[in-house]
Amino acid sequence: MSRQRELALIAGAAGLSLAAAMLLRRRAEDLRRSDDAPGRTARRLDFGGYRVDGRTVTISASRADIYAQWRDPARLNRIFGGTLGLRQHPGDRFVWTIDATPAPIEVETRLVEDRPGELLAWRSVDEAEIDVEIKLQLRDAPAARGTEAEAHVAWRPRWGLAGHYAAWMQGTDPGRLCRQALKRLKMLVETGEIATADNERRDG
Amino acid sequence: MRALTWQGKHDVRVETVPDPRIVNPRDAIIQVTATAICGSDLHLYDAVIPGVQPGDILGHEFMGRVVETGPGSTLKKGQRVVVPFTISCGACFFCAQGQFSACDNSNPVETQEASELLYGHAMSGLFGYSHLTGGYPGGQAEYVRVPFSDVGPIVIPDGIPDEQVLFLSDILPTGWMAAENAQIHPDDSVAVWGCGPVGLFAIQSALLMGAGQVIGIDHHPNRLRLARDLGARTIDYRHSHVLEALMEMTGGIGPDAVIDAVGMESHGFSPDNLLDAAKQKIGIGADRAHVLRMALTAVRKGGRVSVPGVYGGFADKFPLGALMQKGLQVRTGQTHVQKYTSELLQRIMEGQIDTTFLISHRLSLEEAAEGYRNFQENQNEWTKVVLTPG
Ligand SMILES: NC(=O)c1ccc[n+]([C@@H]2O[C@H](COP(=O)([O-])OP(=O)(O)OC[C@H]3O[C@@H](n4cnc5c(N)ncnc54)[C@H](O)[C@@H]3O)[C@@H](O)[C@H]2O)c1
Ligand SMILES: [Zn+2]
Ligand SMILES: [Zn+2]
Repeated sequence: MSRQRELALIAGAAGLSLAAAMLLRRRAEDLRRSDDAPGRTARRLDFGGYRVDGRTVTISASRADIYAQWRDPARLNRIFGGTLGLRQHPGDRFVWTIDATPAPIEVETRLVEDRPGELLAWRSVDEAEIDVEIKLQLRDAPAARGTEAEAHVAWRPRWGLAGHYAAWMQGTDPGRLCRQALKRLKMLVETGEIATADNERRDG
Repeated sequence: MRALTWQGKHDVRVETVPDPRIVNPRDAIIQVTATAICGSDLHLYDAVIPGVQPGDILGHEFMGRVVETGPGSTLKKGQRVVVPFTISCGACFFCAQGQFSACDNSNPVETQEASELLYGHAMSGLFGYSHLTGGYPGGQAEYVRVPFSDVGPIVIPDGIPDEQVLFLSDILPTGWMAAENAQIHPDDSVAVWGCGPVGLFAIQSALLMGAGQVIGIDHHPNRLRLARDLGARTIDYRHSHVLEALMEMTGGIGPDAVIDAVGMESHGFSPDNLLDAAKQKIGIGADRAHVLRMALTAVRKGGRVSVPGVYGGFADKFPLGALMQKGLQVRTGQTHVQKYTSELLQRIMEGQIDTTFLISHRLSLEEAAEGYRNFQENQNEWTKVVLTPG
């Protein structure tokens, strides 16, 4: 991306966030939770300095099958489709990478929960660049539709609200990354492949 | 290979492009022996469907020979197949219910989002159509990569000419589903707007399903003649008031079911249509919903409304009052092609259904641009164009 576009992006994001922040301050004050909707669907964007996003996708397979895919590094790479990466370091350390501009983002995390077939959770280590928690939760879906897989991310954006909008405009906001990853996971589990309109294989 | 590519409004060209390869395990490569131009292609040609990009290969009605298969394909090299225009995995919740055009897994992840924004959900992948439905390279080409080739393509026994089965790819099942969606009871009166290929097949299907009278509406004398040859009565909207005529032809009751086989590019100079046309021209995503408005007004109280005609965006001045007050039922959708192919092939082989009567022009793939121009400008004579590569 050119320097100019980058600056424009950041300026635009800052403007947007200022407007949003003013609006939100007013709303957040008189909003009390009064319904059963998941927290991240709340109209407010700020949860004590954290942003929260995620997505649920129903996959017609058992919880155990889906969990197994997630723990298989080769499969995981395909599910992340090049934008996200996850590397295991010795012990319980995992490094997440996001292919963002101007530079890729790396976040070192610890696997803080691992309940096979139910829950995986990572939390950034204290010295990490971004303060983040990532969760994958698996529940039986009603009506024998398989499993509801829910990805959930809570993070402190690097430059506050401006950073949030910049990521959103680049397509690297965590909500979108979750959504895309879960849909690829669904495709892989349900059909054995990931749909593409490319007439030639790109990843070799 | 050679392929027909979209370059812009009213600009399509046959160009040399890279051959497709097997990308996913369930893929097959088909060498196209026959392909057709569809009314849906005209919406792209006229640039009224969002999400088409220069260089996109068009075409979603095609058949051919299998020349290569991935390890997960059930097809064999040399087999003749007709390929449904809907790309469907066969395994997801929707495919399992026969709702193939709602497949969850064939529209690539990257193109689902625009569709979710516009429609709330992403629909299945389609060949040679908008990037809202994946932007898959289409069938007006020498070769096509066919994903999920173990689910979609139907194998055709040797000895049946291409032209008798080619339309299993789209318009024949589309006309059939249109009639099915009209929930026809014996001796019903059914009105069909549009005597293009889809309307004609809807008329044929409605009669097979036991309709008492089917009334075809259009303004092209030759297309109306084809409808009459099938056994329909007709209304030429240039000569007669459609709403009054329909009431008079149904004993003052109105048709029991109505089928909109025109879609978003209705012709005509009624005030609502002129306004819609102007809005469509300046690109604010409006559909020309004139026919749908009229159909909702014409149908009898408690009647059924079937909409195979394609709409892509938004409409105003919509007769919501008629829809609600008269207690109407509406059924619509891109066709679930895979659901109907075997039954319809059977009916073709038994001689119950003829599919060749509407073919007016046979051209080579190289002449495709001329086919588009005429299918759009000279609709009276050009009722259906079949292209053959090579
Ligand atoms: N649902 C699906 O899966 C599916 C599949 C194929 C085609 N389609 C759609 O079906 C529609 C028809 O396709 P086609 O191939 O027959 O197209 P076509 O363009 O050949 O035919 C349309 C016909 O409608 C007539 N018409 C236009 N305005 C009219 C009006 N106001 N009153 C009466 N008739 C009018 C035209 O004169 C023409 O004969 C298109 O919208 C197409 O996109 C839908
Ligand atoms: Zn078509
Ligand atoms: Zn499916």
